Amino acid sequence: MERPPNRTAVTSEVDLESLERSLRRPRTLLSFTLSALTGLATFAALFPLFSVLYMLAKQGLAGLSLATLSELPPAAMAPGGGIGNAIVGTFVVVAIASVISVPLGILAAIYIVEFGPETRIAAAVRFAAKVLTGLPSILAGVFAFAVVVATTGEFSAPAGGVALALLMVPTVLLTAEEAIKRVPARMREAAIGMGATPTQVVTQVIVPTGAPAILTGVMLAVARAAGETAPLLFTALFSNYWMSTTHPLFLPKTMSDLMRPTASLAVLIYNFSGSPFDNQIALAWTAALVLVVIVLVFNVIGQSLAGRSSD
Amino acid sequence: MGPSPATANGHAFGAHEQMPDGTLIDCNINELHYGRFKAVRDVSLKVRKGTITAFIGPSGCGKSTVLRCLNRMNDLVRGFRLRGHVIFRGQDIYASKIDPVAVRRHIGMVFQQPNPFAMSIFRNVAFGLRLNRYKGSTQEKVESALKQAALWDEVKDKLRSSALALSGGQQQRLCIARAVATEPAVLLMDEPCSALDPIATRRIEELMLELKKKYTIAIVTHNLQQAKRLADTTAFLYVDTSAGGRTGYMVEYGPTNEIFDNPREEHTKQYIRGEFS
Repeated sequence: MERPPNRTAVTSEVDLESLERSLRRPRTLLSFTLSALTGLATFAALFPLFSVLYMLAKQGLAGLSLATLSELPPAAMAPGGGIGNAIVGTFVVVAIASVISVPLGILAAIYIVEFGPETRIAAAVRFAAKVLTGLPSILAGVFAFAVVVATTGEFSAPAGGVALALLMVPTVLLTAEEAIKRVPARMREAAIGMGATPTQVVTQVIVPTGAPAILTGVMLAVARAAGETAPLLFTALFSNYWMSTTHPLFLPKTMSDLMRPTASLAVLIYNFSGSPFDNQIALAWTAALVLVVIVLVFNVIGQSLAGRSSD
Repeated sequence: MGPSPATANGHAFGAHEQMPDGTLIDCNINELHYGRFKAVRDVSLKVRKGTITAFIGPSGCGKSTVLRCLNRMNDLVRGFRLRGHVIFRGQDIYASKIDPVAVRRHIGMVFQQPNPFAMSIFRNVAFGLRLNRYKGSTQEKVESALKQAALWDEVKDKLRSSALALSGGQQQRLCIARAVATEPAVLLMDEPCSALDPIATRRIEELMLELKKKYTIAIVTHNLQQAKRLADTTAFLYVDTSAGGRTGYMVEYGPTNEIFDNPREEHTKQYIRGEFS
């Protein structure tokens, strides 16, 4: 039971009992307590997420059907109806936002890593991107209202797309910058040693090598944008109608299909969750479930690409 | 064997062929700076066609720096300045009208760390052909390059799988295949075996002796025995710390057997005998 008084003579005589795990020893006790605490903290952090998912599944699944997914929102007292136009609208607005923000973000990232890493422009762009990631999303809506809605005179899908693009650009830019930086310098050197021009180095080596990680950033940005409500409230607004009734998937076919108020899942949830009518409230739950599933899918795609790029 | 206009190497670089004595690169460096730091001074040597030229010397003597001067890889280093000339086929590659990209297509490079691209084996070897918009059969060129690099038999059944799955020695031979696919006039090798085990090293050495029949090679090596086994000509560089800096300079340059068996300079003698490193 007694430990050797001389602590330096570790090997002289081993007291077997002292090797056994015992919570009475302060060091062991501390280690155990801290491990338990981290476990508890993890549970506490995940609890809200899972309770939200549980709630959504419980309330939303009941209303989920082919009809809900494919019909127009019901009028105030009417039964039935669905969220079809809001699903299409969300995809259209997010697609417009992606078309604007993805090329812009990736090209800017290529510029600041490959061509001007130490210039003032690069530092300014990087700073601006970091500030923009913290931009309250409603301000993106205000900006798009002033720039697009006020000049075109219409609430429209492109206005919503501009607002969401403003939120996506910094995410795409910063993750693409990281992805490009992670391409090993020796691959860059190999390409230059082969006689590749700077453009060829970027297009043939840097972008293909960093592509999975760049796509991860794009997917995360898309997932975030799809869930935003505030920027759409006074840009895309909402609509109770299809963008086009003649297209088989109800996608817009003409400019005038685009240039009018457009429904989205996020705004539908916002509108219907405050409704006094049970049918609309039930639809809001279903829409929330569908939106979360869409966001999750994009997140999962993004994460799995990230996993592949680190191989 | 200089690339005719019909070869994989698009540019027709240099109207003149080599000098009458077989000199392909005539390198005269008076001073080489990185910013304020004087890295190398007084290097004067010739790389002759169809030979292997080795650069030996202690760490920090600037042998890699000199090698990288020969295809303008040093241009990538900020603050790089060169006083001197590197004449390749009658043209100074540091002349203002010269495009460094074109230089590198004629003077290929194999690096210390194997550095294949994160692509398939086939696409790695075809990389230079694509850069040059090679019109002929890429398939044939890739096969012949892999055969020249003594890698064909090991990879012929998995050309579409990732180059990163190969062993270190195979990756380095792949890098050699990638470099020779475009048939450069000169192959620069910067300690190509230092990251490899002795068996892989042996294979690369045998390969270099084989490649010598077709290409001109300049190699930097830490391994004196390797220089002795491979090189026709050897340049010995040393570090001058007298002025407070660390400036590399060329002590001696000549046929390899003379450098090893009968060196003129005291520094060379000591280094060859292993009295310092």
